[in-house]
Amino acid sequence: MYELTEACRIALAQIQAHKLRSGLTALGVIIGITAVTLMGAAIHGMDVSFERSLNLLGNDVLYVNKWPWIQAPDWWNYVNRPPIRPENAAGLNKLIAATPNSLLEVGVPVCIYAVSAKAGAHQASGVFLDGTNYVYSRLLTAEITEGRFFSPEESDGGRQVGVVGADVADTLFPGHSALGQTMMLGGQPFRVVGVLGRQGPFLGRFSYDNQIFVTLTSARKYFGTPRNGGTEVRVKVRDNTRMDEAVDELIGAMRRVRGQLPGERDNFTINQQQAFKNQLDPVKKVIALVGLFITGLALSVGAIGIMNITFVSVKERTREIGTRKALGARRRTILLQFLIEAVSICVVGGLLGVAVTFGVSLFIARSLPKLPVDLSTALIVISMLVSVLTGVLAGFAPAWGASRLDPVEALRYE
Amino acid sequence: MNPRPLRPLGPLVIAIDDVVKLYWMGGETIHALRSVSLRIHRNEYLAIMGPSGSGKSTLMNMLGCLDTPTSGRYEFNGKNVATMVDDELAVIRNREIGFVFQTFNLLPRSDALRNVELPLIYAGVPPAERRDRARQALADVGLGDRLDHRPSELSGGQRQRVAIARALVNHPSILLADEPTGNLDSQTGVEIMALFEELYERGNTLIVVTHEEEVARHARRIVRLRDGLIASDEPA
Repeated sequence: MYELTEACRIALAQIQAHKLRSGLTALGVIIGITAVTLMGAAIHGMDVSFERSLNLLGNDVLYVNKWPWIQAPDWWNYVNRPPIRPENAAGLNKLIAATPNSLLEVGVPVCIYAVSAKAGAHQASGVFLDGTNYVYSRLLTAEITEGRFFSPEESDGGRQVGVVGADVADTLFPGHSALGQTMMLGGQPFRVVGVLGRQGPFLGRFSYDNQIFVTLTSARKYFGTPRNGGTEVRVKVRDNTRMDEAVDELIGAMRRVRGQLPGERDNFTINQQQAFKNQLDPVKKVIALVGLFITGLALSVGAIGIMNITFVSVKERTREIGTRKALGARRRTILLQFLIEAVSICVVGGLLGVAVTFGVSLFIARSLPKLPVDLSTALIVISMLVSVLTGVLAGFAPAWGASRLDPVEALRYE
Repeated sequence: MNPRPLRPLGPLVIAIDDVVKLYWMGGETIHALRSVSLRIHRNEYLAIMGPSGSGKSTLMNMLGCLDTPTSGRYEFNGKNVATMVDDELAVIRNREIGFVFQTFNLLPRSDALRNVELPLIYAGVPPAERRDRARQALADVGLGDRLDHRPSELSGGQRQRVAIARALVNHPSILLADEPTGNLDSQTGVEIMALFEELYERGNTLIVVTHEEEVARHARRIVRLRDGLIASDEPA
């Protein structure tokens, strides 16, 4: 026990006595640990932002579309499908109501258009316009920060009212509240009855804040019914732990709604956030593997440095080892002494590496806020464990050699 | 120098019987010790002498449990050390033997107190007791006022005194000194030998390995080695 504290004391004294040498050796570990933590922080940050993006889709919502989200090479199988019609939602809801213990809660039709919105001198172009009905408020992933979603009366009556995303509100009505204001969509006035909270970009491509919800009837009146996949039915599921069963039920129901014959292939696709996960998981794996390889390389360079310096240290202090053995140091004691010395350098290097990563991630967060980097506590703990492990692995061979030295030879060593 | 006190012999500490030590060097067998038998009791003051190549160093390493014989018996306080492994020998060295080296072998970056504490650390003595005993041991060799000096801040004689304090701090059965005055000027050497005399009179058992008659004369018994054999063993 006292040997352990003694070993730590010697290790620290040794590092202090050879500051430059220890510092240069630690550099390899610093670079290695910086690589480990930076890579980990990037992967974790990517994960977090990806997860956040997917949650915008809703983790309990299924999308009935003409096309699959992930483009398949066999496009000819999809192109001749009859479009999804807003009326499909009504048919679906009838079936849901008639099914006891249905896993589906409700289906909502959504017609999607790209439009320009104007308010006075301000214009927002490339806005996503979603025509839907009042039930959609149950599927909404954003918070309504001002006002409300449109009411059943407004919905059924096809009133010209809209709920706007945060970006749209900022662009059209800068400096004051959008609530109660009138915006022009396709030359028609729509009154803003609600404003959505900010949700951020979806996978960094388009923004959910750049959309407007209006009543389905008014949208179809002025913009027609979208062709080629612009219409979809979004279906809320009661229990998001049973998504697979819900998908099966939805497929059966949609086939009946669309009057498909037995044996016919589905003429629609059920999309869900899982599809993105399935596509991104292999990408993440590749990034993680490449990262592991690079960091492994960096760390092994650091480890070789540590091994080298420990060998040098053992050689330099052969006489001292002999003396210690003569005074009663056991093999374990000597082994521990040099092992702790190697580990100490690694831990110091590891701490500095984490500090460097912390600085870099702060810098990135400040200058490139879109780049997701997230340095978690778990990552810090892992990187410290990795440093200790590096020290043990790198220091073991020289420390073992030191512990096995013959005291007579060691004492005679010049 | 006379009359010198001769303390009565205590119990047997070291019993060596027919010890042989062989080395293999480049395919050649070297007989460092051919056949050596020796008995050393508590309260002895013994000098081991011999020219280089006589087996003197080999015998010292053997007595100090730094090395084991190729054949023969070696009992230390009744324990058979000839067949002990490294870590068992380490315990014997720690508890029973105090080493004093020609080149002092102090740890350069530790102060006198820490140097003297070292054997106690390996013996598992708690810190507070360790400090006290190390302080006492340094006071006993006349260095009570140099506790926090590093070896580089001490004279040769003072360094050897620190080494002697370190050797005695764990109250070993024997103190084994290898050319203790070899790196000192003659005046300092005389002082160190006077300290040895004092230690002997205080009840320590001393074994001094040397090639200097001057040094050996201080002992009460002189063992002379030649060609790996004991040539003579007589009172000084």
